Amino acid sequence: MTATVAPRISGAVLIRRSRRIRALGLLGALVVLAAVMVASVMIGSRDVGLGDVVAAFGGSADGFEQAAVVKRIPRTLLAVLAGAALGVSGAVMQGVTRNPLADPGILGVNMGASLAVVAGLAFFGLASPSLQIWVAIAGAAVTAVFVYTVGSLGRGGATPLKLALAGAATSAALVSFISAVVLGRNDIAGTVRSWQIGGVGGSTFASIEQVLPFLAIGFVVCLLSARGLNSLALGDDLAAGLGERVAVARGSAALGAVVLCGAATAVTGPIAFVGLVVPHACRLIVGVDHRWLIPFSALAGAILLTIADILGRIASRPGEVDVGIVTALIGAPFFIAIVRRRKIRAL
Amino acid sequence: MKQERPARTASTTPPTPTTQTVLRGRVGRFARRRTVVLVLAALIVIVLCVTLLVGQTIYSPGEVFRVILGENVPGATFTVGRLRLPRASLAVLAGLCFGLGGVTFQTMLRNPLASPDIIGISSGASAAAAFAIVTLGLGGTQVSIFAIVVGLAVALLIYTLSFKSGVAGTRLILIGIGIAAMLDSVTAYILSQAADWDLQAAQRWLTGSLNGPGWAQVVPVLVAVVVLSPVLLGQSRNLAVTQLGDDAASALGVRVDRTRLIVIATAVLLIAFATAAAGPIAFVAFLSGPIAARIVGPGASLLVPAALVGALLVLVADFIGQFALGTRLPVGVVTGVLGAPYLIYLIVRSNRSGGSL
Amino acid sequence: MTTAHSLTIDTLTLGYGDRAVIENLDLLIPPGQVTAIVGANACGKSTLLRSMSRLLAPRTGHVLLDGHDVQRIPAKQLARTLGLLPQSPIAPEGITVSDLVGRGRHPHQGMFSRWSHADDIAVADALDATETAALSDRPVDELSGGQRQRVWIAMALAQQTDLLLLDEPTTFLDVSHQVEVLDLLTDLNRTRGTTIVMVLHDLNLAARYADHLIALANGGVHASGPPGDVLTEDTVRAVFGLDSRVIIDPTSGQPLMLPIGRHHMRHSSPA
Repeated sequence: MTATVAPRISGAVLIRRSRRIRALGLLGALVVLAAVMVASVMIGSRDVGLGDVVAAFGGSADGFEQAAVVKRIPRTLLAVLAGAALGVSGAVMQGVTRNPLADPGILGVNMGASLAVVAGLAFFGLASPSLQIWVAIAGAAVTAVFVYTVGSLGRGGATPLKLALAGAATSAALVSFISAVVLGRNDIAGTVRSWQIGGVGGSTFASIEQVLPFLAIGFVVCLLSARGLNSLALGDDLAAGLGERVAVARGSAALGAVVLCGAATAVTGPIAFVGLVVPHACRLIVGVDHRWLIPFSALAGAILLTIADILGRIASRPGEVDVGIVTALIGAPFFIAIVRRRKIRAL
Repeated sequence: MKQERPARTASTTPPTPTTQTVLRGRVGRFARRRTVVLVLAALIVIVLCVTLLVGQTIYSPGEVFRVILGENVPGATFTVGRLRLPRASLAVLAGLCFGLGGVTFQTMLRNPLASPDIIGISSGASAAAAFAIVTLGLGGTQVSIFAIVVGLAVALLIYTLSFKSGVAGTRLILIGIGIAAMLDSVTAYILSQAADWDLQAAQRWLTGSLNGPGWAQVVPVLVAVVVLSPVLLGQSRNLAVTQLGDDAASALGVRVDRTRLIVIATAVLLIAFATAAAGPIAFVAFLSGPIAARIVGPGASLLVPAALVGALLVLVADFIGQFALGTRLPVGVVTGVLGAPYLIYLIVRSNRSGGSL
Repeated sequence: MTTAHSLTIDTLTLGYGDRAVIENLDLLIPPGQVTAIVGANACGKSTLLRSMSRLLAPRTGHVLLDGHDVQRIPAKQLARTLGLLPQSPIAPEGITVSDLVGRGRHPHQGMFSRWSHADDIAVADALDATETAALSDRPVDELSGGQRQRVWIAMALAQQTDLLLLDEPTTFLDVSHQVEVLDLLTDLNRTRGTTIVMVLHDLNLAARYADHLIALANGGVHASGPPGDVLTEDTVRAVFGLDSRVIIDPTSGQPLMLPIGRHHMRHSSPA
């Protein structure tokens, strides 16, 4: 009993320690988000001082500075909400499909939502925002089911390659349909064109109000499905063995992801790559436990999209580059880096 | 342990039943392919004649013939000689290029969905054209040249990025999809900043249309076809062997990386030239290969049949776009709308049969 | 019909990235015999085979075929002498058996040359030798595992090479097909004198079918020679880290390895 025993750190201590790190990380992310939001309100075609920001919040709207702040608040809010929605949607989709390359944009779900809205506008004159949100969600859902079904036929199930190809091919097809629908329809051409690229420019408090309930429902469903996703990550058979109702878990998670993606796209237009990049980056910090990954992805997504919006406003003053373009330009190299790093068999 | 067997030469032994079966099988396959090629060629000629004869004004075969011979026939010389003939020729040539390029990519990457449309080649040319038309204010041949150069550069970029001790098809496809997404967003940005008339011109270019080509646009594509297709056809045996997998192909004496480079470069050039002249006509590159595969059957070389299918598709789609529907539609929209469902059907079928994905 | 070729490996170092898998290996493949290469997973058996057929360039050292460096021999010329059946070849969708076997004639055909009668005879010969002639018009996709493997071997045969390398030709096959394929390869060696080199994961099948057995471990050759000399309890322990008993297989007269585990051992005491 006098032999020296190497000190063993108990498992409980280890868990507590990493939980502390994650909690700190979450807190840190919140702080960063707040800072970024303030920056977003301050920066733009005309930079604004902190004093004016405070005053504008107070309700006064004198001068160009304060008016600019008032305009930027809904925009920032939309960027935060949409970014969070897309981040969570991407994380959940990657979990449901067990596919590191899943992203609403790559899988063509964005285009499905766009096509639904455009078709609704062109053929049924659906211009009311709340109806458009329903339509967008429906379009996103149909496309997601389609792409997943097609991508999982045949040998190997839904491998990343098959899913990406099914998504890309479906996107190409949908884009054709969109241009066919829009052809000759000068009345809606303007609206549609501004809709082909995702942007938070034209946001108003009204549009945010419309979409908020959908986003809320989507977030809640996704958070609740976090545990199910952890089990699903082990494979369907193993998950069932652990007592998980696989079909229900997958279905409800997918539903949440689709609602989030559809609702966000309905207001901003198609924004790609946020859902892809954010979960990967978050996994490096919080690990693969979805109970932490999902909230973190929400925060990270919000931060990313807000920064992208700020960059878009700085990059070509006094004009602006829409957020959808900035995320594609940042996101695609990231995507390529992921592909290059992984072994071919794993793809 | 080792017995010497007398060497069998072609002349000394009568064919065994197995040899005859083998021979019959091979001859049968080649015969089917030859029939398909002849029928497709005949169809192309027929449709070509129809497009020359039919239009706003219908000309008689005699008049058309005289115009081709160089005579000056009032009215017909302009319409047929300056409008219809160049247009039809460009349709055929562009179709040949797209068909050849598309089937080459699909065979090389062992994947029917790996079409240049999807993996970024067309996106590169489109972004270049949008940039040239809207930002640089260029027109005509300058746009084409720019599109070709950028298209090649993008292809090179994709190839280089997917090179990690050799190029794996999977990686190339995925990187191509990523690059396509980037380039598409660049194109969208450029368009969003465009003034209205520039926008029209750019949109027209981007959907692929054969409107108003002069002979100046047709000739470069003709040269490309004449120079580049023999290169591809020469590699068709090597291509067939690479379908067995990189290792098996190397074991059979094919220098896989070299073949891949030559073949992809040639295909990209063909597509770039065609895109520069006619815009990215949606789905032709993608569909020609699978359609050819269905009619020719497995095992035979698809290069020539796919080229002919491409030519036929473009010709027919352009004709439909001009006359069959109420409004005039650019050929790209017709191929897009008709091609999209077939594309989906092909994905489903190819996935379900556990195809080479 | 076959000429004897010497295949030697000289101070060979192979690796991927910064890992060296094989280091300073010297080896001689006996011509006209069946050689089997065995070893633990990731010991470099497949890597070695791939470098022998030029698929992988060595870091140092040479693979010499008849004294010439394999990397210097033009690809098609090499393919006329040395054939390789890789681990997972891909059969194009819908291709028929005779068409696939016909691809094996590629090293003998120039860019534009037409199919000659000799080609047809070679294909027919290959089909007869592997007893797949009856399947010649069937699509390869529809065949069973054993039949498909025979077809791939037929393709390698149609190449009419004097040396045939096979990378794990029996993995994924059930036991009857494994024996079928190995018997076929032995026939080829006995009737045509083809030198056969195969990587096998099943130690006992390797001992039974090989004239010459090579055991790889730690980046080099641990033992090589007739199976009786190579397959010993010491070798098994050194190469696989496994205790065993080696007895003489009553059906073939070759050594048979019986692994010793922690359970179900007669006369064993509790661990």
